[in-house]
Amino acid sequence: MSETSKIEIRALRKSFGSNEVLKNISLDVAKGGVVALIGPSGSGKSTLLRCINLLVVPDGGSVRVGGTSFQFADGSKLPDVKTLAKFRATTGMVFQHFNLFPHMTTLQNVMEGPVTVRRMAKADAEKLARTQLAKVGLAEKADQYPATLSGGQKQRVAIARALAMEPDVMLFDEATSALDPELVGEVLNVIQQLASEGMTMVIVTHEIAFAREVADRLIFMRDGIVVEEGPARQVIDNPREAATRAFLSHFHRTGALPPANATP
Amino acid sequence: MYQWDFGILWSYRWLFLNGLGVTVGFTVVIVVLGLVFGLFGAFGSLSRFKAVRLTALTFIEAFRCTPILVQLIWFYYALPILAGVEMTPITASALALSLYGGSFYSEIIRGGIISIDKGQSEAGAALGMTPGQSMRRIVLPQAIKRMIPALMNQSIIQFKNTSLVSVLAVPDLVYQSQVAAHDSYRPLETYTAVAVAYAAILIPLTILARRGEKRLAVSE
Repeated sequence: MSETSKIEIRALRKSFGSNEVLKNISLDVAKGGVVALIGPSGSGKSTLLRCINLLVVPDGGSVRVGGTSFQFADGSKLPDVKTLAKFRATTGMVFQHFNLFPHMTTLQNVMEGPVTVRRMAKADAEKLARTQLAKVGLAEKADQYPATLSGGQKQRVAIARALAMEPDVMLFDEATSALDPELVGEVLNVIQQLASEGMTMVIVTHEIAFAREVADRLIFMRDGIVVEEGPARQVIDNPREAATRAFLSHFHRTGALPPANATP
Repeated sequence: MYQWDFGILWSYRWLFLNGLGVTVGFTVVIVVLGLVFGLFGAFGSLSRFKAVRLTALTFIEAFRCTPILVQLIWFYYALPILAGVEMTPITASALALSLYGGSFYSEIIRGGIISIDKGQSEAGAALGMTPGQSMRRIVLPQAIKRMIPALMNQSIIQFKNTSLVSVLAVPDLVYQSQVAAHDSYRPLETYTAVAVAYAAILIPLTILARRGEKRLAVSE
């Protein structure tokens, strides 16, 4: 698997103070693969996701995305800011609370990465940004400020903003957890569309039904370790571990997607 | 009943105008220099390096926690004795007032920067921005809007603090009006006129600032 894998995490460790959040985590994501990370809050799944683009710098282990890899050990020198920035430019991330830039219009939000980081000409960046906004069904919102958008629209803009960097990998950190229930579907639809286009993705989610539908692999984490891992449907329909069963019992295990009311 | 006679002040008009010029000029210098010190103080206190943070904090607290009048006297009288640094009254007071103002500006700028949600710089970092890029493009444009009312407030205080330079015989508006008051035996009229002059300059400025704030708020 390791020759074809896009993301390779080995023996990852991370502590915040005396709290060990990740204990020896390994993870592979195949090119075009979709991995869902589930688990109770505090299980370390968001920290693991943030270690993939080094928003959180691990204490130990290694992280490889595409052809770039980093080793971490006690006392080892951290990568410098330029190296980190260059590395992060190849991964897209979508946050629970959108984190759109409120002082910029929707279009400017999506153009910001290409213009500032990729040094693209404004006209080219605008064209790219309009394409990405159209893709998430928000072409007509280009000149509005984020404050005027609904939560679902904000999150779709955030996805367009990440896609405008033309990343190899997309990371979703509970992208639908802050949304009103009726707005979840439109965001999940966009993610599902990306999956069908072959985007490599790691998705931290509480939408078990969605994970079952979209992810090919599922990882259940608890207390900083991987408790169970396998094909998404198999883990959700027939969990082997008691802890996985206990966690999944909190959800309705229908295979259906939540109702979609996207407005492209 | 006191007989007001403002007419007598007319003969001192050039003295007042002169003083007013010095006061306004001084304010421009200490606001600009103060903001420069403030920027250094703010970014210093947010630095990754402990030594830089400590230096910035020492500067901020030394000037924020001692009276400006004492600083003025100290810069003019103590520095020549202790460090052999001789300064004209104008240099000494410009420096003291700029550093004093700078310590407050530092805290305003620092407060503005840290008030911006951490998710904003994280989103910048996730796009591949360096910390400098995300500060310039994402954090500062939002933070400056929040700083403006407090910066304006501090600058008003700076403007009025220039009145203290008269203790070092810098011929600002207050110093010149002391001269006029002694000469005319009309201190009531003189200082009333001085108060009106300060307000007449500041009130239009505060109105402009309020309008500017509203215009900035609309763009969100």
